[in-house]
Amino acid sequence: MAASPDSVVELAEGLRSVGYLAGESTALVSFLAIKLAKPVLVEGPAGVGKTELAKALSRHLGRSLVRLQCYEGLDEAKALYEWNYRKQLLRIQTEASGAGWEAVQDDIFSEDFLLARPLMTAIASPEPVVLLIDEVDKTDQEFEAMLLELLSEFQISIPELGRIEARTQPVVLLTSNNTRELTEALKRRCLYLWLDYPQLEHELEIVRLHAPELSETVARKLVEVVHMVRELDLKKPPSIAESIDWARALLLLGAEDIDAETFRQTMSIIVKHRADLDVVAERVGLRLGGPAEAMGVSST
Amino acid sequence: MSTPRTPAGFPTQLLSFGEELRAESVAVGTSELLDAFAALEQVSWERREDVREALAATLAKSPEDRRVFELVFERFFFRAAEEQAIRKEVTESEGETPPETAAEIDLEQLRERIAAAVRQGDEGALRDLARLAIAAFGRRGEGSGVIGVDVQRIRRALGLRSEPSSRPQPDGIARGDTEGIPREALRAFETHLRRELERDQIERTRRLPAARPLNELDRALPSGPLQDLAAVHRVVAQLKRRLATQGHEQRGRKRHAHVDFRRTMRASLQTGGVPVVLKYRPHRPRRPEIYVLCDVSTSVTSASVFFLSVLHALHDAFRKLRSWVFIERVSEVTDVFERERSFSAVAEAIGRDAGVADVSGYTDYGRVWTEFLAQAEDDLHPRATVIVLGDARTNGRDPKDEVFAQIAQRAGRTYWLNPEPRLYWNYGDSVIAAYQRHCEVFECWTTRQLEDFVKTLSRVTTTG
Repeated sequence: MAASPDSVVELAEGLRSVGYLAGESTALVSFLAIKLAKPVLVEGPAGVGKTELAKALSRHLGRSLVRLQCYEGLDEAKALYEWNYRKQLLRIQTEASGAGWEAVQDDIFSEDFLLARPLMTAIASPEPVVLLIDEVDKTDQEFEAMLLELLSEFQISIPELGRIEARTQPVVLLTSNNTRELTEALKRRCLYLWLDYPQLEHELEIVRLHAPELSETVARKLVEVVHMVRELDLKKPPSIAESIDWARALLLLGAEDIDAETFRQTMSIIVKHRADLDVVAERVGLRLGGPAEAMGVSST
Repeated sequence: MSTPRTPAGFPTQLLSFGEELRAESVAVGTSELLDAFAALEQVSWERREDVREALAATLAKSPEDRRVFELVFERFFFRAAEEQAIRKEVTESEGETPPETAAEIDLEQLRERIAAAVRQGDEGALRDLARLAIAAFGRRGEGSGVIGVDVQRIRRALGLRSEPSSRPQPDGIARGDTEGIPREALRAFETHLRRELERDQIERTRRLPAARPLNELDRALPSGPLQDLAAVHRVVAQLKRRLATQGHEQRGRKRHAHVDFRRTMRASLQTGGVPVVLKYRPHRPRRPEIYVLCDVSTSVTSASVFFLSVLHALHDAFRKLRSWVFIERVSEVTDVFERERSFSAVAEAIGRDAGVADVSGYTDYGRVWTEFLAQAEDDLHPRATVIVLGDARTNGRDPKDEVFAQIAQRAGRTYWLNPEPRLYWNYGDSVIAAYQRHCEVFECWTTRQLEDFVKTLSRVTTTG
């Protein structure tokens, strides 16, 4: 646990210790985010570890993770706060006979009757947190506009109560799959981090970190195949998580090499569309098959 | 650290860097620049990557911007450093060359070391090796003085070959040899070569060459095949308009065509049989019949989106147009284009049912010509125009240029658009020279070049 890292290297080491191998720019931008207290907008294809980065940061910094999963139609009541009207009703009923209107009104619009939603929780938390606003591109523009106040001032205005300011500085990550262009205003307030599929060596390291029992050769071949598959024009290219799943599956099966046969049996772990399966089987399966047979011939 | 946190004069440099980014249409606001300064406070100045990433995180906020940023960053700071060097009359002294002098290095050894450095991704070593290579190459006295040409010559002299990036790597570990240098890595080495050559040149001439704006190829193509579709589309839309209006201009200018004898006689009845008013036959621009063959294999991945959108635009502009796509086999896609209006639907349909790749996904030009001739032989006639979009890389297979010659002979005109810079033609497995004898070849990888080509095309067809 480190309250605030002093250098990029230190942060990268820290992330590695909690099982996240950060690329150079990832570590640097996270470091800047902590130092400058600015939110980070993380973009990239699905499954490159955008959400995982937030989790790793929270583990490493020893902060709790507050997560807001965005979806179409998400509104303030779900994201910010809501008045707990049942409780308010009860309060009014118990007081109904005695107290005057003024007293009751003051009473029922207090923090006791507030249901804090993720954003509010993050702001009001006495301990610093990591706030993850996941898939912000799924929301509509109105919601994005509402985020602006939060992201630049770290405060929330509640008409009945006034402003609630952050007591501590949260680390904010916004992730986006780029399904919609985010507004300039939002981008301007954030640091930008583009996460792409990792280089071969980097991904190999990741796979070996998560499936250490897998032998070096198989792991390397696995990553090579995954890279090959990613180069095909697929509906959904395999993500890092899927290469890790595949590595674990191969471990369970006790596979010692990835040949055409093993590949055919297990490829549904990395490829998950009917049409994609055909393409992959045709292109990659054959390539794997060729040399394997050739080797068989030469050894006999 | 004894140096001050921000080197003197740096703020102005950063501001003009921001200006330059704006000039390349990256939206950089004042708040972004302020962020950049704040971010630079936090990183160490010793590491170039850190500075670059810190600037990128604050200034470039989309993948496209990021790409432009990288290019501008390279260009800007390279030039800034060289400018300083000229002003202060610093030259890289002989003592600074790497330990071994260039004289004792033979190319073979150099090649292996470069391959090793490429594999390790060691930037510093690559830079040193690039300088060694230039020195070694300089001794052979083959330098042409043109940087682009020299880069390719050095690369060739070193025997560095790029491999198709999607090449099967069945046994990468066991084979760990110098053969397959991935395309990107090789490109990185070429960048180093180019940089060092430029540096030499600047040192010799003691002044900076004029800055030139990024071209569209740099901007759009190499990174991802589908990334800058929008940009291509914008220009193709312009192209459509241009194609549509160009015919009209021609029509206006060439009013005096043929006298319509029948209508003239008929009009003369009013004047008692004396043909006072001549009636002309209306001039109709001859609609060209166009046959387009488009390579969609992996070697032209980056260009094929461009080509497909060109095809798409052509289909809108010319009514008599038939198109084929090919890799190993050829497949007619005319009706796909006629059925689908949106580009993405077309691209998807072609990807799905064209069925042009058999096994390897490598282009087989010989087979393509044979099949195309079989399909279209009867339809080709002297008024037809055949356009081939492809890089003429046969992957070592038989180019069958005699079959291509037959096609060219039957068609009135044959054009070839090659998406590779002219420099790469006939290098490696490119056999464009064999086809060049039978057709006009154009270099075409930017929309500008495409427009030039289209001008030629419509001029020739309407007058001829």
